[in-house]
Amino acid sequence: MSGAFRIPGAGRLSQPKTARFSFDGQSYPGIEGDTLASALLANGVHLVGRSFKYHRPRGFLSAGAEEPNALVEIRRDAARRTPNVRATVQELYDGLAAQSQNRWPSLSFDVGAVNDIASPLFSAGFYYKTFMWPKAAWKNLYEPKIRAAAGLGVAPDQPDPDHYSARFAHCDVLVLGGGAAGIAAALAAAETGARVILADEQAEFGGSLRFESGASIDGEDGFGWAQAATARLKDMDNVRVLSRTTAFGYYAQNFVGLVERVSDHLQNPGRDLPRERLWQVRAKRVVLATGAIERHMVFADNDRPGIMLASAARTYLNHYGVAVGRNVGVYTANDSAYAAAIDLKKAGVNVAAIVDLRDNPTGPVIDEARALGIEINFGRAVIRAGGKLRVSSMTVQPKNGGGERTIPVDAILMSAGWTPSVHLFSQSRGKVAFNDETKRFVPGIYAQDCVSVGACNGTDGLSATIDEAYAAGAKAAKDAGAKAAKGTKPKVDASESWSRGMLGAAPGAGPDTTVKAFVDFQNDVTAKDIRQAVHEGMRSIEHVKRFTTNGMATDQGKTSNMHGLAIAAETLGKPIPQVGLTTFRAPYTPVTFGSIVGHARGPLFDPTRKTAIHPWAEAQGAVFEDVGQWKRAWYFPKGGEDIHAAVDRECVAVRKTAGLFDASTLGKIEVVGPDAAKFMELLYTNPWEKLEPGRCRYGIMLREDGFIYDDGVVGRLAPDRFHVTTTTGGAPRVMNHMEDYLQTEFPHLDVWLTSTTEQWAVIAVQGPKSRDIIAPLVEGIDMSDEALPHMSVREGKICGVPTRLFRMSFSGERGFEVNVPADYGQAVWEALWAEGQKHGAVAYGTEAMHVLRAEKGYIIVGQDTDGTVTPNDAGLDWAVGKKKTDFVGIRGMARPDLVAKGRKQLVGLKTRDPKVVLEEGAQIVADPKQAIPMTMIGHVTSSYWSENCGRSIALALVAGGRDRMGETLYVPMPNGTIEVEVTGMVFFDEKGERLNG
Amino acid sequence: MLLIRCPYCEEERPELEFRNAGEAHIARSANIAGESDDDFEKFFFIRSNPKGIIHERWRHMHGCARFFNAVRDTVSDKFIITYKAGEPKPAKLPKISNEVVAK
Repeated sequence: MSGAFRIPGAGRLSQPKTARFSFDGQSYPGIEGDTLASALLANGVHLVGRSFKYHRPRGFLSAGAEEPNALVEIRRDAARRTPNVRATVQELYDGLAAQSQNRWPSLSFDVGAVNDIASPLFSAGFYYKTFMWPKAAWKNLYEPKIRAAAGLGVAPDQPDPDHYSARFAHCDVLVLGGGAAGIAAALAAAETGARVILADEQAEFGGSLRFESGASIDGEDGFGWAQAATARLKDMDNVRVLSRTTAFGYYAQNFVGLVERVSDHLQNPGRDLPRERLWQVRAKRVVLATGAIERHMVFADNDRPGIMLASAARTYLNHYGVAVGRNVGVYTANDSAYAAAIDLKKAGVNVAAIVDLRDNPTGPVIDEARALGIEINFGRAVIRAGGKLRVSSMTVQPKNGGGERTIPVDAILMSAGWTPSVHLFSQSRGKVAFNDETKRFVPGIYAQDCVSVGACNGTDGLSATIDEAYAAGAKAAKDAGAKAAKGTKPKVDASESWSRGMLGAAPGAGPDTTVKAFVDFQNDVTAKDIRQAVHEGMRSIEHVKRFTTNGMATDQGKTSNMHGLAIAAETLGKPIPQVGLTTFRAPYTPVTFGSIVGHARGPLFDPTRKTAIHPWAEAQGAVFEDVGQWKRAWYFPKGGEDIHAAVDRECVAVRKTAGLFDASTLGKIEVVGPDAAKFMELLYTNPWEKLEPGRCRYGIMLREDGFIYDDGVVGRLAPDRFHVTTTTGGAPRVMNHMEDYLQTEFPHLDVWLTSTTEQWAVIAVQGPKSRDIIAPLVEGIDMSDEALPHMSVREGKICGVPTRLFRMSFSGERGFEVNVPADYGQAVWEALWAEGQKHGAVAYGTEAMHVLRAEKGYIIVGQDTDGTVTPNDAGLDWAVGKKKTDFVGIRGMARPDLVAKGRKQLVGLKTRDPKVVLEEGAQIVADPKQAIPMTMIGHVTSSYWSENCGRSIALALVAGGRDRMGETLYVPMPNGTIEVEVTGMVFFDEKGERLNG
Repeated sequence: MLLIRCPYCEEERPELEFRNAGEAHIARSANIAGESDDDFEKFFFIRSNPKGIIHERWRHMHGCARFFNAVRDTVSDKFIITYKAGEPKPAKLPKISNEVVAK
């Protein structure tokens, strides 16, 4: 036997396979096919959680995705620990281990429940009003304490070992929801031959047919028909049927996100299966068949374990064969609770009484209940529930006041009516309309190619639902281009029909301020809180929502929104449509980070780019740094050196003999065409027309606003061909910038742009011995200073492979940059390395490169400039063509603010104490004795220890910097003020003689 | 995710392939160096930011890499028409609205 409350012969788990599971360490029997909720209820367990704020004992409210209370932690192992799983959705497997949350030391005795007693302190807006001072205490005391005490589950603390997959899909008709409406729509669409996807969040299709025992279609009971129809759909080649799949987001142009739970229900999923699969579906037409969600009654202590939605009790009985109690009470304003009472009564459960808030309702279910001998009380209200860890009684009173009567019960089934699930419709940007007669928000104005059918459209009754859905499915397929349907519409033989219900607080919700009549269970929001929000001045429902947090929990107010709205409207004295409904947002139910991230984690999160020479550097023990997506050799430690020792050695060696540096990451763009020079004139500040082929020039690129955007050395290979280099990080945006102007502003120019960053490996050989190292390997290029002067480029061969050999320097030493096709990069590097060894050359990394260029005052765009620096600010006026009449940035550069006096200019800084190295980003002041906050006149952009200079060096942007040469400025730091002297930007070889040394 | 029709590829492709490139039909003066401060301000800084119809530039970055123009409704996010760079603003916009009032 799988639980004392399992009723023999009831339910559909016909061939029971038992599954043992544990809850809070205790072992229970269950049946495969159960949810965790149904299995616990079969064992008489109702108490499963503590509430968010007041730590009140909570049980199951529902049997589905709308569950606000029964959130548990499912633990497969130390890393696979999932908090806040709805027990009503989690399918049972043998060995499942679940734990309750938000309680200490135990579920039945929770110290945090003191919050319930002290609840007058914790009314709506409590946190906003109370923890205001002292200000610092919020961060250090209040927030951490509140965070620890409030909240639900605890996030796992280990990396998720599961994997998640993702798929894209396209279809003609996407049907969301697999109840009677969804299945009928899918059948109609599928029979036309259209490509159809049908998805439902449950393990089995059928929706409300799971509990509607009175439904019969095509000669079968409703649920049986649903299974047969789904099986038929699965067999069709043009149909994909997805169970356990929740449509969580409806985005622009019929783009819908769905998550399929692939293995959370399996005992041993195995390594091959993903845990979840994200489906991104683009549909020509969408049919929304998302059903409706039952609302609870709002009365005092309506949250006691054992009090649940009538449809939930019916589902547990009719589908799982579980009685939710032995002596149940019913509180309703709607017929559907009668059907639950009737089903339970027929299964042998005592129904103590039905309490109906309506005065004199009539109908077949009422007659049937009466015929079964169930006591029915019209015009009465349940004004409070007794019991604490489990409901023990309900106190009944005529709704306009009068004598009270307490009836002992062990469960209360309630129904205030049904709320159409317009979540996805609203997400599609459709506008809902309020139907005053039925008191429901239903789809009003559509914004996308979709249609709502059945209960989510406010359509009542199974026949009307299937008529509507079948017609809509056929039309959706036709609109998507399919032929006419050739199937037959399902025929409804018998169905149930229910009348409306009520919105807002029932009489038992008090005006009494100590009464807790819950509207939103998950966020502990009561009717009183909503009234209070209105009294405190909230008028818009959006403000009421944020002030009370009604509907803001992970269940997104599926059961609470309409009640909250109705109470606010009543308190405001306004009709509901004037108060308005809050907007629904994705996701419909919580979505794991894993399913969104998919495989894009760890090394697959972002591409890693490596140069052709990377393996060599790795073998040499280089330490790498990330530069954008590139891995660059940072420094090459030898014999236990730290970064400082390695960089000092590398810097000295380059100036003494030579160094090899992998510059392959430099952006490279080939600018080619009859108008190439004209184009370069427009994109760079420098003049290019007169640059002779075979020569190079340092170019500056501005944005239209006159600020430096990028820089780099450009070689002219032929009258119509430029080899442009960009900064490592700037390559893609420079290419985009060039393409933009070429395609849209200067389309008359005959020019082609090609990115060649990855085609060339670049080996910089710098230092007095650089020519000696390269020359023996070069063919066809005269390496003499006369034939190949500084800033020139030649094409020839090196090691037998084609090269573009640049004579240029980013170190201030005689230097070359050897460009070879990337495939030959490592081979040529190794050959140069072998030659270099004869001269004592070193390999150096990006850190030494930075120090060497700073010693020479060469700027790095993005480090010494920040998007607000003009060529003049950077001391680069010499690179701006004075005679030019147009280039990008020419007008921006002349703006009044950009030519004003006192702008920040790049200068050098020398600390008074040569051993002190400034911090990059440190602020500079003129007077260290001024009051705080001090006037900051600039900041340090680059700062290094220079072994070659025997002291620290720095570059800085300082207001009016070039007029301050020799001035003493100050850099205040936490442990003292550093005195600095303003200098020129060149710290080494000021005359530049070493370029030919 | 939006679907955008590239006027060069003549195909609707997902938004992931495209980059927005700001407002369209803002002409750079042939004599930009001679522009007044006011004119340069209008050209470089001032954008219409309308609620409703906007003419804007897009680039089919991960496709043909061409820049083109689009007319989009900033309220509904719907693309009304796309056309090639250099073409004038469409004189007449096709009416696209599939707003349907439910029963």
